[in-house]
Amino acid sequence: MSLLQVKEVTHSYGSRSIFNWKDRSKKVLSDISLSIEEGTCLGLLGRSGAGKSTLGKVILGLERPQNGQILFQGHDIYTADNHTRKKIRRDLQVVFQDSYSSVNPRMTAERIIAEPLENYEKLTVAEQKRTIIELLERVGLSEEDLKKYPHEYSGGQLQRINIARAISLKPKLIVLDECVSSLDMVTQTLILELLRELKEDFGLSYFFITHDIKSAYTISDTLGVLEKGELVELYGSKNQFFTSEHPVVKEMRGSILSEHPRYRSVRTREKHPKSV
Amino acid sequence: MMARIRKIFRSQKVITICSMVLGILIIIAIFAPWIAPNDPIAVNLVYKLQPPSWEFPLGTDHLGRCNLSRILYGTRISLGFAMLIFISSLSIGLILGTFSGYRGGWIDHALMRFCDGILAFPNLILILGLVGIFGPGLKQVIIAIMLVQWVYYARMFRGMVLSLKEHNFIAAAKISGSSQWKIIKNHIVPNVLPPLVVMGTLEMGWAIMDISAMSFLGLGVQAPTPEWGAMIHEGKSYIRTNPEIMLYPGLVIMLVIVTFNLLGEALSDRYSIKRRF
Repeated sequence: MSLLQVKEVTHSYGSRSIFNWKDRSKKVLSDISLSIEEGTCLGLLGRSGAGKSTLGKVILGLERPQNGQILFQGHDIYTADNHTRKKIRRDLQVVFQDSYSSVNPRMTAERIIAEPLENYEKLTVAEQKRTIIELLERVGLSEEDLKKYPHEYSGGQLQRINIARAISLKPKLIVLDECVSSLDMVTQTLILELLRELKEDFGLSYFFITHDIKSAYTISDTLGVLEKGELVELYGSKNQFFTSEHPVVKEMRGSILSEHPRYRSVRTREKHPKSV
Repeated sequence: MMARIRKIFRSQKVITICSMVLGILIIIAIFAPWIAPNDPIAVNLVYKLQPPSWEFPLGTDHLGRCNLSRILYGTRISLGFAMLIFISSLSIGLILGTFSGYRGGWIDHALMRFCDGILAFPNLILILGLVGIFGPGLKQVIIAIMLVQWVYYARMFRGMVLSLKEHNFIAAAKISGSSQWKIIKNHIVPNVLPPLVVMGTLEMGWAIMDISAMSFLGLGVQAPTPEWGAMIHEGKSYIRTNPEIMLYPGLVIMLVIVTFNLLGEALSDRYSIKRRF
Protein backbone atom coordinates (compact mmCIF):
# COMPACT_ATOMS: atom_id res chain seq x y z
CA MET A 1 0.00 0.00 0.00
CA SER A 2 1.27 3.41 -0.90
CA LEU A 3 1.91 5.92 1.82
CA LEU A 4 -0.21 8.54 0.17
CA GLN A 5 -2.75 8.15 -2.56
CA VAL A 6 -4.48 10.98 -4.35
CA LYS A 7 -7.59 9.73 -6.07
CA GLU A 8 -9.36 11.70 -8.77
CA VAL A 9 -9.10 15.02 -6.99
CA THR A 10 -10.95 17.94 -8.53
CA HIS A 11 -11.04 21.38 -7.03
CA SER A 12 -12.05 24.88 -8.02
CA TYR A 13 -11.99 28.31 -6.43
CA GLY A 14 -14.62 30.99 -6.21
CA SER A 15 -18.32 30.48 -5.77
CA ARG A 16 -21.68 32.04 -6.34
CA SER A 17 -22.86 34.80 -4.07
CA ILE A 18 -25.92 37.04 -3.81
CA PHE A 19 -24.51 39.53 -6.28
CA ASN A 20 -22.98 36.96 -8.54
CA TRP A 21 -25.52 34.56 -9.87
CA LYS A 22 -23.36 33.19 -12.59
CA ASP A 23 -21.05 30.44 -11.54
CA ARG A 24 -17.60 31.95 -12.01
CA SER A 25 -15.62 29.32 -10.22
CA LYS A 26 -12.27 28.56 -11.72
CA LYS A 27 -11.10 25.01 -11.95
CA VAL A 28 -7.63 24.62 -10.49
CA LEU A 29 -7.30 20.87 -10.25
CA SER A 30 -9.01 18.38 -12.46
CA ASP A 31 -9.03 14.68 -11.91
CA ILE A 32 -5.61 14.26 -10.35
CA SER A 33 -4.47 10.82 -9.30
CA LEU A 34 -1.05 9.97 -8.01
CA SER A 35 0.62 8.07 -5.22
CA ILE A 36 3.76 8.33 -3.13
CA GLU A 37 5.56 5.25 -1.88
CA GLU A 38 7.21 5.14 1.50
CA GLY A 39 10.77 6.48 1.51
CA THR A 40 10.56 8.06 -1.93
CA CYS A 41 10.27 11.55 -3.23
CA LEU A 42 7.71 12.60 -5.78
CA GLY A 43 8.66 15.80 -7.57
CA LEU A 44 5.85 17.86 -9.01
CA LEU A 45 6.84 20.25 -11.76
CA GLY A 46 4.67 22.93 -13.17
CA ARG A 47 4.57 26.56 -14.16
CA SER A 48 3.26 29.32 -11.94
CA GLY A 49 -0.47 29.01 -11.51
CA ALA A 50 -0.59 25.39 -12.61
CA GLY A 51 -2.23 24.39 -9.31
CA LYS A 52 0.84 22.89 -7.66
CA SER A 53 0.44 24.64 -4.33
CA THR A 54 -3.29 23.97 -4.26
CA LEU A 55 -2.58 20.29 -4.65
CA GLY A 56 -0.11 20.62 -1.78
CA LYS A 57 -2.76 22.24 0.41
CA VAL A 58 -5.28 19.59 -0.50
CA ILE A 59 -2.84 16.87 0.48
CA LEU A 60 -2.04 18.62 3.75
CA GLY A 61 -5.69 18.72 4.70
CA LEU A 62 -5.94 22.50 4.57
CA GLU A 63 -8.27 22.73 1.60
CA ARG A 64 -11.03 20.22 1.18
CA PRO A 65 -11.29 19.21 -2.49
CA GLN A 66 -14.68 19.27 -4.16
CA ASN A 67 -14.27 15.76 -5.47
CA GLY A 68 -11.93 12.90 -4.88
CA GLN A 69 -10.08 11.40 -1.97
CA ILE A 70 -6.75 11.75 -0.24
CA LEU A 71 -5.76 8.48 1.35
CA PHE A 72 -2.94 8.53 3.85
CA GLN A 73 -1.95 5.03 4.84
CA GLY A 74 -5.37 3.95 3.71
CA HIS A 75 -7.34 6.55 5.70
CA ASP A 76 -9.24 9.31 3.96
CA ILE A 77 -7.88 12.40 5.69
CA TYR A 78 -11.04 14.46 5.22
CA THR A 79 -13.49 11.91 6.57
CA ALA A 80 -11.37 10.29 9.25
CA ASP A 81 -12.54 10.53 12.85
CA ASN A 82 -10.79 13.00 15.13
CA HIS A 83 -8.45 10.47 16.65
CA THR A 84 -7.18 9.17 13.32
CA ARG A 85 -6.96 12.67 11.93
CA LYS A 86 -4.79 13.78 14.80
CA LYS A 87 -2.51 10.82 14.15
CA ILE A 88 -2.32 11.61 10.44
CA ARG A 89 -1.58 15.27 11.22
CA ARG A 90 1.49 14.17 13.03
CA ASP A 91 2.85 12.18 10.12
CA LEU A 92 2.15 14.87 7.54
CA GLN A 93 4.26 18.01 7.75
CA VAL A 94 5.12 20.94 5.53
CA VAL A 95 7.84 23.42 4.58
CA PHE A 96 6.61 26.46 2.66
CA GLN A 97 8.38 28.65 0.17
CA ASP A 98 8.35 31.94 2.04
CA SER A 99 10.34 31.18 5.15
CA TYR A 100 9.55 34.55 6.74
CA SER A 101 5.81 34.24 6.60
CA SER A 102 5.98 30.63 7.77
CA VAL A 103 7.07 31.65 11.24
CA ASN A 104 5.41 33.90 13.75
CA PRO A 105 7.58 37.05 13.87
CA ARG A 106 7.03 37.36 17.61
CA MET A 107 8.34 33.93 18.54
CA THR A 108 11.89 32.80 19.13
CA ALA A 109 13.32 29.82 17.26
CA GLU A 110 12.86 27.76 20.40
CA ARG A 111 9.15 28.47 20.61
CA ILE A 112 8.68 27.94 16.89
CA ILE A 113 10.16 24.47 17.01
CA ALA A 114 8.50 23.71 20.33
CA GLU A 115 4.99 24.16 18.97
CA PRO A 116 4.47 20.72 17.41
CA LEU A 117 6.31 19.08 20.30
CA GLU A 118 3.98 20.71 22.82
CA ASN A 119 0.99 19.46 20.90
CA TYR A 120 2.05 15.86 20.56
CA GLU A 121 4.83 14.92 22.93
CA LYS A 122 4.44 15.33 26.63
CA LEU A 123 8.03 16.26 27.40
CA THR A 124 9.48 17.92 30.46
CA VAL A 125 10.97 21.37 30.02
CA ALA A 126 14.53 20.05 30.04
CA GLU A 127 13.76 17.21 27.65
CA GLN A 128 12.01 19.52 25.26
CA LYS A 129 14.90 21.95 25.27
CA ARG A 130 17.34 19.14 24.61
CA THR A 131 15.21 17.86 21.75
CA ILE A 132 15.06 21.31 20.22
CA ILE A 133 18.83 21.75 20.47
CA GLU A 134 19.32 18.35 18.84
CA LEU A 135 16.96 19.36 16.04
CA LEU A 136 18.75 22.66 15.53
CA GLU A 137 22.08 20.91 15.32
CA ARG A 138 20.62 18.36 12.96
CA VAL A 139 19.66 21.08 10.48
CA GLY A 140 23.00 22.84 10.81
CA LEU A 141 22.26 25.52 13.39
CA SER A 142 23.52 25.75 16.94
CA GLU A 143 22.34 26.25 20.48
CA GLU A 144 23.01 29.98 20.27
CA ASP A 145 20.19 30.29 17.77
CA LEU A 146 17.63 29.21 20.35
CA LYS A 147 16.67 32.67 21.55
CA LYS A 148 16.79 34.54 18.27
CA TYR A 149 13.78 36.04 16.53
CA PRO A 150 12.96 35.44 12.84
CA HIS A 151 14.16 38.86 11.70
CA GLU A 152 17.63 38.03 12.97
CA TYR A 153 17.99 35.12 10.55
CA SER A 154 18.75 34.96 6.87
CA GLY A 155 16.29 33.25 4.54
CA GLY A 156 18.33 30.06 4.39
CA GLN A 157 18.72 29.82 8.16
CA LEU A 158 15.04 30.40 8.65
CA GLN A 159 14.25 27.68 6.15
CA ARG A 160 16.41 25.39 8.26
CA ILE A 161 14.26 26.26 11.27
CA ASN A 162 11.16 25.46 9.24
CA ILE A 163 12.70 22.12 8.35
CA ALA A 164 13.54 21.49 12.00
CA ARG A 165 9.92 22.16 12.92
CA ALA A 166 8.73 19.84 10.16
CA ILE A 167 10.94 16.93 11.24
CA SER A 168 10.45 17.46 14.98
CA LEU A 169 7.66 14.88 15.18
CA LYS A 170 9.46 12.38 12.94
CA PRO A 171 6.75 12.47 10.28
CA LYS A 172 6.37 10.08 7.38
CA LEU A 173 5.64 12.58 4.62
CA ILE A 174 6.76 16.18 4.23
CA VAL A 175 5.23 18.45 1.62
CA LEU A 176 7.96 20.76 0.37
CA ASP A 177 6.11 23.59 -1.30
CA GLU A 178 8.72 25.47 -3.36
CA CYS A 179 10.86 25.27 -0.28
CA VAL A 180 14.14 26.18 -2.00
CA SER A 181 12.80 28.43 -4.73
CA SER A 182 13.40 31.73 -2.98
CA LEU A 183 16.95 30.92 -1.90
CA ASP A 184 20.19 31.60 -3.72
CA MET A 185 21.93 28.86 -5.69
CA VAL A 186 24.47 27.89 -3.04
CA THR A 187 21.92 27.81 -0.24
CA GLN A 188 19.58 25.83 -2.47
CA THR A 189 22.19 23.15 -2.92
CA LEU A 190 22.92 23.06 0.80
CA ILE A 191 19.26 22.76 1.75
CA LEU A 192 18.66 20.07 -0.86
CA GLU A 193 21.66 18.20 0.49
CA LEU A 194 20.23 18.49 4.01
CA LEU A 195 16.83 17.27 2.85
CA ARG A 196 18.41 14.28 1.16
CA GLU A 197 20.33 13.35 4.31
CA LEU A 198 17.20 13.67 6.43
CA LYS A 199 15.33 11.47 4.01
CA GLU A 200 17.92 8.74 4.44
CA ASP A 201 18.14 9.14 8.22
CA PHE A 202 14.46 9.19 9.06
CA GLY A 203 13.10 7.24 6.11
CA LEU A 204 11.04 10.25 5.06
CA SER A 205 8.96 10.65 1.96
CA TYR A 206 8.72 13.96 0.19
CA PHE A 207 6.19 15.61 -2.00
CA PHE A 208 8.45 18.13 -3.67
CA ILE A 209 6.59 20.94 -5.39
CA THR A 210 8.71 23.17 -7.58
CA HIS A 211 9.04 24.98 -10.86
CA ASP A 212 12.77 24.43 -10.91
CA ILE A 213 13.63 21.41 -13.02
CA LYS A 214 17.16 21.11 -11.67
CA SER A 215 16.23 20.91 -8.02
CA ALA A 216 13.36 18.57 -8.79
CA TYR A 217 15.74 16.32 -10.69
CA THR A 218 18.30 16.42 -7.88
CA ILE A 219 15.99 15.23 -5.12
CA SER A 220 13.15 13.29 -6.72
CA ASP A 221 12.78 9.61 -7.45
CA THR A 222 9.61 10.00 -9.46
CA LEU A 223 8.35 13.04 -11.32
CA GLY A 224 5.00 14.47 -12.27
CA VAL A 225 4.18 17.41 -14.50
CA LEU A 226 1.18 19.60 -13.80
CA GLU A 227 -0.18 22.00 -16.38
CA LYS A 228 -3.34 24.08 -15.97
CA GLY A 229 -4.64 21.83 -13.24
CA GLU A 230 -4.07 18.63 -15.13
CA LEU A 231 -1.46 16.04 -14.43
CA VAL A 232 -0.12 15.70 -17.94
CA GLU A 233 2.70 13.28 -17.26
CA LEU A 234 3.73 11.03 -14.40
CA TYR A 235 7.01 9.17 -14.60
CA GLY A 236 8.09 6.19 -12.60
CA SER A 237 11.65 7.25 -13.15
CA LYS A 238 12.79 10.82 -13.31
CA ASN A 239 14.96 10.21 -16.36
CA GLN A 240 11.87 9.68 -18.45
CA PHE A 241 11.35 13.41 -18.20
CA PHE A 242 14.18 13.91 -20.63
CA THR A 243 12.87 11.55 -23.24
CA SER A 244 9.22 12.50 -23.10
CA GLU A 245 7.69 13.91 -26.23
CA HIS A 246 4.76 15.70 -24.57
CA PRO A 247 4.65 19.32 -25.84
CA VAL A 248 4.42 20.81 -22.32
CA VAL A 249 7.42 18.81 -21.20
CA LYS A 250 9.35 19.69 -24.31
CA GLU A 251 8.70 23.33 -23.72
CA MET A 252 9.88 23.01 -20.13
CA ARG A 253 13.01 21.21 -21.21
CA GLY A 254 13.69 23.88 -23.77
CA SER A 255 13.69 26.53 -21.06
CA ILE A 256 16.54 24.96 -19.10
CA LEU A 257 19.51 27.25 -19.37
CA SER A 258 22.86 25.82 -20.17
CA GLU A 259 25.66 26.40 -17.72
CA HIS A 260 27.51 28.34 -20.32
CA PRO A 261 25.71 31.08 -22.23
CA ARG A 262 27.50 30.17 -25.44
CA TYR A 263 25.86 26.78 -25.54
CA ARG A 264 22.42 28.07 -24.82
CA SER A 265 20.28 26.43 -27.42
CA VAL A 266 18.92 29.10 -29.68
CA ARG A 267 17.04 26.48 -31.59
CA THR A 268 14.70 25.57 -28.76
CA ARG A 269 13.96 29.19 -28.09
CA GLU A 270 13.05 29.83 -31.66
CA LYS A 271 10.86 26.81 -31.70
CA HIS A 272 8.72 28.15 -28.87
CA PRO A 273 8.67 31.88 -29.43
CA LYS A 274 5.51 32.36 -27.39
CA SER A 275 6.70 30.60 -24.29
CA VAL A 276 7.00 33.31 -21.72
CA MET B 1 22.64 56.41 35.25
CA MET B 2 22.19 60.08 34.42
CA ALA B 3 24.04 59.57 31.16
CA ARG B 4 21.70 56.76 30.22
CA ILE B 5 18.61 58.78 30.98
CA ARG B 6 20.00 61.62 28.92
CA LYS B 7 20.63 59.23 26.04
CA ILE B 8 17.11 57.83 26.12
CA PHE B 9 15.77 61.35 26.34
CA ARG B 10 17.72 62.44 23.31
CA SER B 11 16.75 59.47 21.13
CA GLN B 12 13.08 59.34 22.16
CA LYS B 13 12.29 62.97 22.87
CA VAL B 14 8.58 62.90 22.09
CA ILE B 15 7.90 59.65 23.87
CA THR B 16 9.79 60.74 26.99
CA ILE B 17 8.14 64.14 27.23
CA CYS B 18 4.66 62.76 26.62
CA SER B 19 5.16 59.94 29.11
CA MET B 20 6.37 62.47 31.65
CA VAL B 21 3.31 64.67 31.16
CA LEU B 22 1.06 61.62 31.46
CA GLY B 23 2.95 60.42 34.52
CA ILE B 24 2.45 63.78 36.18
CA LEU B 25 -1.26 63.71 35.32
CA ILE B 26 -1.64 60.23 36.79
CA ILE B 27 0.17 61.33 39.96
CA ILE B 28 -2.14 64.33 40.17
CA ALA B 29 -5.16 62.08 39.73
CA ILE B 30 -4.05 59.76 42.51
CA PHE B 31 -2.90 62.43 44.97
CA ALA B 32 -5.50 65.09 44.17
CA PRO B 33 -6.74 65.42 47.80
CA TRP B 34 -3.22 66.20 49.01
CA ILE B 35 -2.16 68.48 46.19
CA ALA B 36 -5.33 70.56 45.82
CA PRO B 37 -5.20 73.75 47.89
CA ASN B 38 -8.96 73.89 48.51
CA ASP B 39 -12.08 71.76 48.66
CA PRO B 40 -13.29 71.48 45.02
CA ILE B 41 -17.00 71.44 45.88
CA ALA B 42 -17.15 73.83 48.83
CA VAL B 43 -19.42 76.71 47.78
CA ASN B 44 -18.48 80.10 49.14
CA LEU B 45 -20.35 82.95 47.51
CA VAL B 46 -18.26 85.55 49.33
CA TYR B 47 -15.28 84.65 47.17
CA LYS B 48 -17.13 84.30 43.87
CA LEU B 49 -15.29 85.16 40.63
CA GLN B 50 -12.05 86.05 42.37
CA PRO B 51 -8.91 86.85 40.36
CA PRO B 52 -5.86 84.63 40.99
CA SER B 53 -4.43 85.01 44.47
CA TRP B 54 -2.24 82.98 46.82
CA GLU B 55 -5.28 81.32 48.30
CA PHE B 56 -6.88 80.59 44.91
CA PRO B 57 -4.01 80.26 42.40
CA LEU B 58 -6.32 80.21 39.37
CA GLY B 59 -9.13 82.26 40.86
CA THR B 60 -12.62 81.06 41.66
CA ASP B 61 -15.77 80.32 39.68
CA HIS B 62 -19.28 81.75 40.01
CA LEU B 63 -19.91 79.80 43.22
CA GLY B 64 -16.59 80.70 44.80
CA ARG B 65 -15.00 77.30 44.24
CA CYS B 66 -11.27 77.09 43.66
CA ASN B 67 -10.61 76.58 39.92
CA LEU B 68 -7.26 74.88 40.39
CA SER B 69 -8.63 72.36 42.88
CA ARG B 70 -11.50 71.55 40.55
CA ILE B 71 -9.14 70.97 37.64
CA LEU B 72 -6.89 68.75 39.76
CA TYR B 73 -9.82 66.67 40.96
CA GLY B 74 -11.23 66.59 37.43
CA THR B 75 -8.14 64.67 36.30
CA ARG B 76 -9.42 61.68 38.22
CA ILE B 77 -12.65 61.45 36.30
CA SER B 78 -11.42 62.34 32.83
CA LEU B 79 -8.28 60.24 32.86
CA GLY B 80 -9.62 57.34 34.91
CA PHE B 81 -12.79 56.88 32.94
CA ALA B 82 -11.08 57.43 29.60
CA MET B 83 -8.80 54.55 30.51
CA LEU B 84 -11.75 52.45 31.56
CA ILE B 85 -13.49 53.12 28.25
CA PHE B 86 -10.30 52.39 26.34
CA ILE B 87 -9.65 49.06 28.02
CA SER B 88 -13.22 47.81 27.95
CA SER B 89 -14.00 48.78 24.36
CA LEU B 90 -10.64 47.39 23.25
CA SER B 91 -11.45 44.08 24.93
CA ILE B 92 -14.92 43.83 23.40
CA GLY B 93 -13.52 44.77 19.99
CA LEU B 94 -10.66 42.29 20.33
CA ILE B 95 -12.92 39.38 21.21
CA LEU B 96 -15.62 40.04 18.62
CA GLY B 97 -13.28 41.23 15.86
CA THR B 98 -10.89 38.31 16.20
CA PHE B 99 -13.71 35.81 16.41
CA SER B 100 -15.48 37.31 13.43
CA GLY B 101 -12.36 37.51 11.28
CA TYR B 102 -11.09 34.08 12.17
CA ARG B 103 -14.34 32.17 11.78
CA GLY B 104 -15.68 34.02 8.77
CA GLY B 105 -18.94 32.84 7.25
CA TRP B 106 -22.36 34.22 8.11
CA ILE B 107 -21.37 35.20 11.68
CA ASP B 108 -18.73 37.46 10.22
CA HIS B 109 -21.19 38.93 7.73
CA ALA B 110 -23.87 39.57 10.34
CA LEU B 111 -21.47 41.15 12.79
CA MET B 112 -19.80 43.36 10.24
CA ARG B 113 -23.05 44.62 8.74
CA PHE B 114 -24.11 45.53 12.28
CA CYS B 115 -20.83 47.42 12.72
CA ASP B 116 -21.37 49.17 9.39
CA GLY B 117 -24.76 50.25 10.62
CA ILE B 118 -23.29 51.79 13.74
CA LEU B 119 -20.45 53.39 11.82
CA ALA B 120 -22.93 55.05 9.49
CA PHE B 121 -23.96 57.45 12.26
CA PRO B 122 -21.76 60.20 13.62
CA ASN B 123 -20.21 59.08 16.87
CA LEU B 124 -21.53 61.87 19.03
CA ILE B 125 -25.12 61.51 17.83
CA LEU B 126 -25.17 57.83 18.71
CA ILE B 127 -23.74 58.50 22.16
CA LEU B 128 -26.31 61.25 22.64
CA GLY B 129 -29.07 58.90 21.58
CA LEU B 130 -27.93 56.16 23.93
CA VAL B 131 -27.58 58.60 26.83
CA GLY B 132 -31.09 59.76 25.97
CA ILE B 133 -32.28 56.19 26.43
CA PHE B 134 -30.26 55.44 29.55
CA GLY B 135 -30.79 58.84 31.17
CA PRO B 136 -28.08 61.35 32.07
CA GLY B 137 -25.26 60.46 34.44
CA LEU B 138 -21.59 59.56 34.34
CA LYS B 139 -22.16 55.80 34.40
CA GLN B 140 -24.61 55.94 31.53
CA VAL B 141 -22.25 58.12 29.48
CA ILE B 142 -19.38 55.68 30.01
CA ILE B 143 -21.52 52.73 28.93
CA ALA B 144 -22.81 54.63 25.91
CA ILE B 145 -19.31 55.59 24.74
CA MET B 146 -18.12 52.03 25.28
CA LEU B 147 -21.01 50.62 23.24
CA VAL B 148 -20.13 52.88 20.34
CA GLN B 149 -16.36 52.72 20.53
CA TRP B 150 -15.87 48.94 20.38
CA VAL B 151 -17.14 48.91 16.82
CA TYR B 152 -14.01 50.69 15.60
CA TYR B 153 -11.77 48.21 17.35
CA ALA B 154 -13.76 45.24 16.12
CA ARG B 155 -13.44 46.43 12.54
CA MET B 156 -9.73 47.04 12.84
CA PHE B 157 -9.05 43.74 14.59
CA ARG B 158 -11.08 41.88 12.00
CA GLY B 159 -9.15 43.43 9.13
CA MET B 160 -5.84 42.58 10.70
CA VAL B 161 -6.90 39.03 11.50
CA LEU B 162 -8.01 38.56 7.92
CA SER B 163 -4.65 39.60 6.53
CA LEU B 164 -2.82 37.60 9.17
CA LYS B 165 -4.83 34.48 8.40
CA GLU B 166 -3.27 34.32 4.96
CA HIS B 167 0.22 33.98 6.37
CA ASN B 168 1.76 30.59 6.20
CA PHE B 169 2.56 30.43 9.88
CA ILE B 170 -1.12 30.02 10.65
CA ALA B 171 -1.24 27.08 8.23
CA ALA B 172 1.98 25.76 9.73
CA ALA B 173 0.46 25.98 13.21
CA LYS B 174 -2.58 24.03 12.06
CA ILE B 175 -0.31 21.40 10.60
CA SER B 176 1.66 21.32 13.84
CA GLY B 177 -1.55 20.18 15.47
CA SER B 178 -2.43 23.36 17.35
CA SER B 179 -6.06 23.85 18.24
CA GLN B 180 -8.01 26.87 17.04
CA TRP B 181 -7.94 28.38 20.48
CA LYS B 182 -4.19 27.95 20.69
CA ILE B 183 -3.68 29.53 17.27
CA ILE B 184 -5.77 32.54 18.29
CA LYS B 185 -3.98 32.85 21.60
CA ASN B 186 -0.40 32.30 20.42
CA HIS B 187 -0.36 33.54 16.86
CA ILE B 188 -3.18 35.93 16.21
CA VAL B 189 -3.64 38.03 19.34
CA PRO B 190 0.10 38.72 19.91
CA ASN B 191 0.34 39.99 16.35
CA VAL B 192 -2.73 42.23 16.25
CA LEU B 193 -2.64 43.69 19.75
CA PRO B 194 0.55 45.82 19.81
CA PRO B 195 -0.25 48.00 16.78
CA LEU B 196 -3.75 48.54 18.09
CA VAL B 197 -2.65 49.49 21.57
CA VAL B 198 -0.59 52.16 19.90
CA MET B 199 -3.61 53.34 17.96
CA GLY B 200 -5.54 53.13 21.18
CA THR B 201 -3.51 55.93 22.71
CA LEU B 202 -5.01 58.13 20.02
CA GLU B 203 -8.45 56.90 20.99
CA MET B 204 -7.85 57.88 24.60
CA GLY B 205 -7.89 61.51 23.49
CA TRP B 206 -11.25 60.92 21.84
CA ALA B 207 -12.65 59.27 24.93
CA ILE B 208 -11.68 62.27 27.06
CA MET B 209 -13.28 64.57 24.50
CA ASP B 210 -16.45 62.50 24.46
CA ILE B 211 -16.77 62.50 28.24
CA SER B 212 -16.14 66.23 28.33
CA ALA B 213 -18.57 66.86 25.49
CA MET B 214 -21.32 64.94 27.26
CA SER B 215 -20.61 66.80 30.47
CA PHE B 216 -20.64 70.07 28.57
CA LEU B 217 -24.10 69.23 27.29
CA GLY B 218 -25.15 68.57 30.86
CA LEU B 219 -25.64 64.84 30.27
CA GLY B 220 -22.53 63.43 31.85
CA VAL B 221 -21.08 64.42 35.16
CA GLN B 222 -23.72 66.05 37.38
CA ALA B 223 -23.51 69.37 39.12
CA PRO B 224 -21.03 69.60 41.97
CA THR B 225 -18.63 66.90 40.76
CA PRO B 226 -15.58 68.54 39.20
CA GLU B 227 -14.97 67.48 35.61
CA TRP B 228 -13.34 69.48 32.84
CA GLY B 229 -16.22 69.40 30.39
CA ALA B 230 -18.71 70.17 33.11
CA MET B 231 -16.54 73.12 34.24
CA ILE B 232 -16.62 74.57 30.75
CA HIS B 233 -20.37 74.04 30.72
CA GLU B 234 -20.80 75.90 34.00
CA GLY B 235 -18.47 78.67 32.97
CA LYS B 236 -20.11 79.46 29.67
CA SER B 237 -22.54 81.97 31.16
CA TYR B 238 -19.57 84.07 32.29
CA ILE B 239 -17.65 83.98 29.03
CA ARG B 240 -17.85 87.79 28.60
CA THR B 241 -16.82 88.80 32.08
CA ASN B 242 -14.69 85.88 33.28
CA PRO B 243 -13.51 83.79 30.30
CA GLU B 244 -10.77 82.15 32.40
CA ILE B 245 -13.33 79.83 34.03
CA MET B 246 -13.71 78.17 30.65
CA LEU B 247 -10.15 78.77 29.53
CA TYR B 248 -8.31 76.71 32.17
CA PRO B 249 -10.18 73.41 31.81
CA GLY B 250 -10.14 73.91 28.05
CA LEU B 251 -6.38 74.26 28.08
CA VAL B 252 -5.99 71.15 30.20
CA ILE B 253 -8.19 69.11 27.85
CA MET B 254 -6.10 70.36 24.97
CA LEU B 255 -2.86 69.45 26.73
CA VAL B 256 -4.03 65.91 27.48
CA ILE B 257 -5.34 65.25 24.00
CA VAL B 258 -2.26 66.67 22.31
CA THR B 259 -0.11 64.55 24.60
CA PHE B 260 -2.01 61.38 23.79
CA ASN B 261 -1.95 62.06 20.08
CA LEU B 262 1.76 62.82 19.98
CA LEU B 263 2.49 59.77 22.09
CA GLY B 264 0.37 57.55 19.87
CA GLU B 265 2.06 58.85 16.77
CA ALA B 266 5.56 58.45 18.22
CA LEU B 267 4.82 54.97 19.50
CA SER B 268 3.45 53.80 16.18
CA ASP B 269 6.55 55.14 14.43
CA ARG B 270 8.75 53.40 16.90
CA TYR B 271 7.09 50.00 17.21
CA SER B 272 5.44 49.20 13.92
CA ILE B 273 8.43 48.30 11.77
CA LYS B 274 10.01 45.34 13.46
CA ARG B 275 8.49 42.80 11.15
CA ARG B 276 9.44 41.67 7.74
CA PHE B 277 6.06 41.12 6.24
